[in-house]
Amino acid sequence: MNVLVYLVPLALLLGLGGLFAFLWSLKSGQYDDLDGAAVRVLSDDDLPDNARPSSTAPERHRS
Amino acid sequence: MSEAIDYSIFVGTSEDGLAQMSLAIDGIDCAACIGEIENGVKALPGVVRARLNYSTHRLTVAWSEGTSPDRVVGQLEALGYRAHPFAGRAEESEARHARWLLRCLGVAGFAAMNIMLLSVSVWSGNVTDITPETRDFFHWISALIALPAAAYAGQPFFQSAVRAIRSGRLNMDVPITIGVTLALGMSVVETAMSQPHAYFDSAIMLLFFLLAGRYLDHEARRRTRATAGNIAALRGEMAHRIGADGVPVLVPVQALQPGDTILIHPGERVAADGVVASGLSAVDESLVTGETLPRALKAGDHVYAGSLNGEGALHLTVTAGGENTLVDDVQRLLDGALAEKGAYVRLADRVARLYAPMVHLTALVSAIGWLLAGAGLHDAVMIAVAVLIITCPCALALAVPAVQVTATGRLFRAGLLINAGDMLERLAAVDTVVFDKTGTLTLPEPALALPRGADPDMVALAGRLALSSRHPLAGVIAARAKGPALERVTEMSGQGIEAIIDGRRARLGSLSFCDAIAPSDLPADASLIAFRHGEKVLVMGVAQALRPDAREVVAELKARGLDVRILSGDRPAAVAPVAEALGIVAAEAGLKPADKIAALDALKAAGRRVLMVGDGLNDAPALAAATVSLSPASGAAVTQAHADAVFLGRRLWPVLAAVDGARTAARLMRQNLAIAVGYNIIAVPLAIAGFVTPLVAALAMSGSSILVTVNALRAARPGRKEEAVGDDGATGEAGALTEVAA
Repeated sequence: MNVLVYLVPLALLLGLGGLFAFLWSLKSGQYDDLDGAAVRVLSDDDLPDNARPSSTAPERHRS
Repeated sequence: MSEAIDYSIFVGTSEDGLAQMSLAIDGIDCAACIGEIENGVKALPGVVRARLNYSTHRLTVAWSEGTSPDRVVGQLEALGYRAHPFAGRAEESEARHARWLLRCLGVAGFAAMNIMLLSVSVWSGNVTDITPETRDFFHWISALIALPAAAYAGQPFFQSAVRAIRSGRLNMDVPITIGVTLALGMSVVETAMSQPHAYFDSAIMLLFFLLAGRYLDHEARRRTRATAGNIAALRGEMAHRIGADGVPVLVPVQALQPGDTILIHPGERVAADGVVASGLSAVDESLVTGETLPRALKAGDHVYAGSLNGEGALHLTVTAGGENTLVDDVQRLLDGALAEKGAYVRLADRVARLYAPMVHLTALVSAIGWLLAGAGLHDAVMIAVAVLIITCPCALALAVPAVQVTATGRLFRAGLLINAGDMLERLAAVDTVVFDKTGTLTLPEPALALPRGADPDMVALAGRLALSSRHPLAGVIAARAKGPALERVTEMSGQGIEAIIDGRRARLGSLSFCDAIAPSDLPADASLIAFRHGEKVLVMGVAQALRPDAREVVAELKARGLDVRILSGDRPAAVAPVAEALGIVAAEAGLKPADKIAALDALKAAGRRVLMVGDGLNDAPALAAATVSLSPASGAAVTQAHADAVFLGRRLWPVLAAVDGARTAARLMRQNLAIAVGYNIIAVPLAIAGFVTPLVAALAMSGSSILVTVNALRAARPGRKEEAVGDDGATGEAGALTEVAA
């Protein structure tokens, strides 16, 4: 059963890694706006302004 | 607007030393709005950060210099969104609490998973060939994980249990705390004595399930409150405060202090309670008293917040600050009504009061029983621990909150914001519905009533003339305007306005001013306005209009066996036609706040459980006195604070949805409690008999919790009855109602 000597700590470390990742994501506010996170992925905020489709023009909004 | 706006009370400092402000934003309806708003605000000079929370419709802006709060608001307005600064200190602490619960949940989840990993090995090893050394090793590691995790993740329960015991009560958290502590303690002792069974997994799993329920419960309420906060902020209540130099500055009402002098323009809503310092006018106090006829004012008279100013400008000395604008006797009535309401005991608390002592007694009795039967002290205590774990109100604690969360979420989508957690239970038991008239059965704003055969061109022309008037009734007519406001309009104080249109004189105002006679086919309670253009005369009425679906909702409520009544502060002449139109027989008019409470008390004395729906300041005590209360979002702020739920929109439909949703929820709650109790009836004798191993405990606990949760999810679906109403299409209205729900 010598295998347990390193497998059990390994399992615990993995679990702790997951826990710290969760606590970090919580602290950095990733659970504050769940609906926003779902739709933000659709916005092209990585493109330069002129390459963006003109969807951000204010006139478009009022339907 | 030329007048300066002073938003300084909303501006705070961010962590990195920038000026920061939160705004509630109205008009967000698509994902593209996020980029539009954030980029639009970031384009202002000096703005460092702009982050929109799409769930709560709040924008946080931080700037270094060069930008003022009113420029941010102005920019948002230019983009097409209404925005209002926001100071949500109470919500900040709630958000912190939610994050803390989530942290506890994360820790409990981590611990539960890792301990279960070890426990499954032990369980399978116990029936095969695990060596005692390996088992003890696994148990010690479990203890190493479980003890710190429970100490951290159990805090919400431990703290609440300590608070309950200090105040001499028992709540669900007391048996939870005792159960978890005993289970962990005994497991450590077992492990030290190299015994085969330890309950580390059960104890941690228990905490995990309970924390999940508690977090969901908290989140649902927080979301409702955030929306309610937005509504309050977006009313954007501002006041023109006269500064020391005599110049009026627009400030948020929260910034008003007693002794300040404020200016009330004609047609404006009064921002705070006060005494008239100078000026002559009449105020419409329908939001305060329910009375729709204006009251004349002179210097020295009291004015209440929420009243609508008539045609004269007023200088007001503020007597109560923005947060405390309640009339004294209303406050007194309110305190009395609230004290009485405290007598209601939540279903879960009633069960807990009965359940907690029973759990402890059963555990104690089984331990003593086994001792008497000749078992060793060790075996007897282990059985007592097993009984405690099995009876720990895991399913019971989830039974009610899980239903509440799903039902609240469904009602939220139907346009209902729920203030009180136990509102659903109380609402389900209601047998009488009492409506206020003004602003509740009728729309908050008056509507134009035209005589038969009115010329649309005349109405449109009257509308253009009305654009130049500040009289409160003029706004209703101005909405019909086609074209821009007229030029060279003269206002005759107290009579009306006059202009020259197409070379002929046009007048809008009182009947005598326009030399007109009242037609007979306008509603009896309408305020009349005449319009004369040359020889042509048109007399229009401005009257309270019923909410578009009021008739259908009242009929549906009656169809559900509820007794529908009206208690109004308005004149009998104004109440009678409404009652008749809705088919309500029991309608009382001209009631003061104290009379409304007396009427409710009489109903309650007759054994009725009353749902009160009202919007005015005069309804606030009655709302607090009723079994359960609803208020429209257009109601007075104080009234909303005392309502159990607030409904949005122009329709009355959410009232019906609330009643149906509450009935479904109450049924599911009772089912869930029955499931939880039924599970105990099976499991507890097994535990007392000593058959419950940690494996059985783990299975039973998760099994019953999942069953209860799945049953609770049914509250999110419309009930079978509701679907049937929508499907058979027997009444067109019922179909329309269901459409609104979707």
